[in-house]
Amino acid sequence: MSELLVQERNVVVPGEALAQGMDFLPGDNTYREKDQIYSKVLGLVSVSGRVIKITPLSGPYLPKTEDKIIARVIDITISGWRFETATAYSAMLNVRDATTRFVKKEEDLSQILSIGDYAVVKIVNVTSQNLIDLTMKEPGLRRISGGRIISINSQKVPRVIGRQGSMITLIKDKTGCDITVGQNGLIWIKGTSEGELKAEKAIKLIEAKAHLEGLTEKMERFLGESA
Amino acid sequence: MTYTKRVDGRKIEELRPMEAKAGVVKNANGSASFKIGKTWAIAGVYGPREVVPRFMANPRHGILRCHYTMMPFSGSGERIKPGRSRRAQEISMVMEQALAPVIDLSAFPNSVVDIYVELPQTDAGTRCAAISAACMALADAGIPMKDMVSSVAVGQVDGMVVADLNYNEESYPAIVSDIPVAMLHNSKEISLLQMDGEISKEDLLKALELAKVATEKVYQLQVKALKEKYALNNEEN
Repeated sequence: MSELLVQERNVVVPGEALAQGMDFLPGDNTYREKDQIYSKVLGLVSVSGRVIKITPLSGPYLPKTEDKIIARVIDITISGWRFETATAYSAMLNVRDATTRFVKKEEDLSQILSIGDYAVVKIVNVTSQNLIDLTMKEPGLRRISGGRIISINSQKVPRVIGRQGSMITLIKDKTGCDITVGQNGLIWIKGTSEGELKAEKAIKLIEAKAHLEGLTEKMERFLGESA
Repeated sequence: MTYTKRVDGRKIEELRPMEAKAGVVKNANGSASFKIGKTWAIAGVYGPREVVPRFMANPRHGILRCHYTMMPFSGSGERIKPGRSRRAQEISMVMEQALAPVIDLSAFPNSVVDIYVELPQTDAGTRCAAISAACMALADAGIPMKDMVSSVAVGQVDGMVVADLNYNEESYPAIVSDIPVAMLHNSKEISLLQMDGEISKEDLLKALELAKVATEKVYQLQVKALKEKYALNNEEN
């Protein structure tokens, strides 16, 4: 009785019927109405067993706990910093989550992070109203100095990183840059000027072709050529 | 009945030639261009982002804001004064109401999605073109939506029920009515229904049936344009 109306990796639009019948289950970015399952976003179909989900091709970043993001200090409060996170919501970093050393009561917080600074931080808590708490007290989390920051759509971040980091390792090796990818779509590149430019070009190319298959080979070619 | 043939020779259910493209404004989170005859709308979507002014924010769900503008040179000679007019405000409001039933911003409380629609050229049916373009831009921006909205005008010119009136028909010297309709694709619910002029009950029902067929044509084009954006990249390789 039940019937799949689309195929794996098809591009679907919001409201497009994906399956007919109760044997299929609605996964991420889909919904059921009566016995039909519909898409909720513009994206690619992926079916695993009985579950149909849609991988969005674009869209806003939704903050999640444990996500490493890159954010910019926009304000200093009595007990910490407020960050802009490239979403509709700002995030708070408390002094005691910012550094391992003791911070005296009357100390000037801008000595640690001042307004306009970027930092690599991790989300520790998100409320239902999307209030975000951050930490900077783990290895790899720190204030950003030097290099450049570029921004891509956050839905493309998994492709930039690649399976087990294969893509990002490839770019790092070929350009000699240090690259940190935030889940919110901000990327910090630090290296030689030529290397930074090349890495930026490579990442923008991945963003444009993220929905295609065989991307790693393509990137190997691209980075090999311009070397 | 003196109006037996349409001024531009179209069939009664025939729309003007349409053209649509997604992703035309690179700086926006999502965008689309929609042309129908000489009417041309470009929509850009920004957000979800922080609400300014703050008092407009809703802690239960994100809000949608439309900004409709006709460009100064868009009319038929007269310069259109830029900025918000009564008419632009009204159309912005009906656009919000036409799109509200499909979008789901419950995951984005205290935020706003802004849609800017500019019309470089106009020849009747601007609010319909604006809604069709805005819906494509929202989909392109990845905003969660349960359906697509397609919009086209129907109406009656001197006793003849027609689809997609142009300016010459709207200003035809007889009894004319112009009914912009926006329709959800799956449920065929009507999310915009306005009218200028006069029409009989029978003709109105006939016009609304015609609107179903006409909006379906717009829908097909919207879907094609959205899918083409990603197919195009395929060919480049």
